[in-house]
Amino acid sequence: MTSKITALFAFTGMLLFGTPVFAQDHGHKEIHQEEQHLEHDDHPNHADNHEFEDDSSDIKAVVKETIAHHLADSYEFHVTDGVGFPLPVILLDDGLKVFSSSRFGHGHSVAEVNGSHYVLHHNKIYKTDANGSLSFDEHHHPTNAIPLDFSITKNVFMILVMAVFMVVLFGRMAKSYGPDKTPKKAGRFLEPIVIYVRDEIAIPNIGEKHYKKYMSYLLTVFFFIWFLNLVGMTPLGINVTGNIAITFSLALMTFIITQVSGKKDYWMHIFWMPGVPVVLKPVMAIIELIGLFVKPFSLMIRLYANMLAGHVVLMSIIGLIFVFGSWLVSPAFFGLTLVLSLLELLVAALQAYIFTMLAALYFGSAVEEHDHH
Amino acid sequence: MEIPEIVGAGLIVIGAGLGIGRIGGSAMEAIARQPEATARIQTAMLIAAALIEGIGFAALFAK
Repeated sequence: MTSKITALFAFTGMLLFGTPVFAQDHGHKEIHQEEQHLEHDDHPNHADNHEFEDDSSDIKAVVKETIAHHLADSYEFHVTDGVGFPLPVILLDDGLKVFSSSRFGHGHSVAEVNGSHYVLHHNKIYKTDANGSLSFDEHHHPTNAIPLDFSITKNVFMILVMAVFMVVLFGRMAKSYGPDKTPKKAGRFLEPIVIYVRDEIAIPNIGEKHYKKYMSYLLTVFFFIWFLNLVGMTPLGINVTGNIAITFSLALMTFIITQVSGKKDYWMHIFWMPGVPVVLKPVMAIIELIGLFVKPFSLMIRLYANMLAGHVVLMSIIGLIFVFGSWLVSPAFFGLTLVLSLLELLVAALQAYIFTMLAALYFGSAVEEHDHH
Repeated sequence: MEIPEIVGAGLIVIGAGLGIGRIGGSAMEAIARQPEATARIQTAMLIAAALIEGIGFAALFAK
């Protein structure tokens, strides 16, 4: 029973935490660095991505902007020119406002909803007046008010799709077990992986006594990260795990579960480390406290940086084909991209494994009971 | 990016590369000594490599 509650908590937590934490993400570093190169370009058109000029620095700017647009979250699901659908925008600003992001007209028009006006500037929604005017400060950041944003953006949409997919997949797999306890169809592929997570990740780290409570969370996190990483490798431009808010939510949930399940030994080891002279105990407490927060932080950064760096490198090498524009070296770049994509497939599974293993390690250290000498 | 940033990024990559290289090297030696423990050594090597890579990326992104 408790494992079902943990699983429910994990799913709803992922959905709930992912949405508002992203939508108020004002400091997306990658985008800001790209934007500083394009200060004079106020309306990045999609059509511009296909116009190549002879000036090579212009190509580089176009490539950078394409990469940034590909990796950033957006309020519409844009596959290619003309193929794509707008996603609902849900704002909480003097009442709930729900409208389709097509009203933003790719960032050109002002959306008018029940008397309030909103405009989309560099993928953020600002409250404005009927003319769509934005007041900028000295860093070219708009100083308009920002409504509370609970929209279904591309990343949230993909999380929901992935959640439904995983529920259907694993639900059917669980039901397909007949009286002979052998798996059928997709279960034949997934059962060894589930057993691997249980026998190599959960039991060695958490111990025989308590591992069952955490199995559902570990399995969820493992398959969630793995499948989302794989989806990010497709050319649809769905970069979920490369979004720091998503990995932040995952790390936050791991942190919460660790602290909630901490036993007396765990807290003793943090604040009042046994076996250490009394003079050093406060010092150890501070160090352990810092370590307490650094560990989930590193979980977040590790997944985020691995995925984002992989995508940026791959797309930059493809962009090099356009920058050089010569028939001779393009096959070399193509081959390099192919090899690196294979490496990225390995990294996708590896990062999921590492996240799950470290989460199991933290859970294990929280629930382990020493026999003190 | 200015010169100090570039030098810093290069140092970070050197550090991460050296660390992971050493781990890979000792893992290979261990596998050569005891081939039947290859699976466990590989697992431990990947875990250590991922941790070091995590530090490397964190440093790179904090620059």
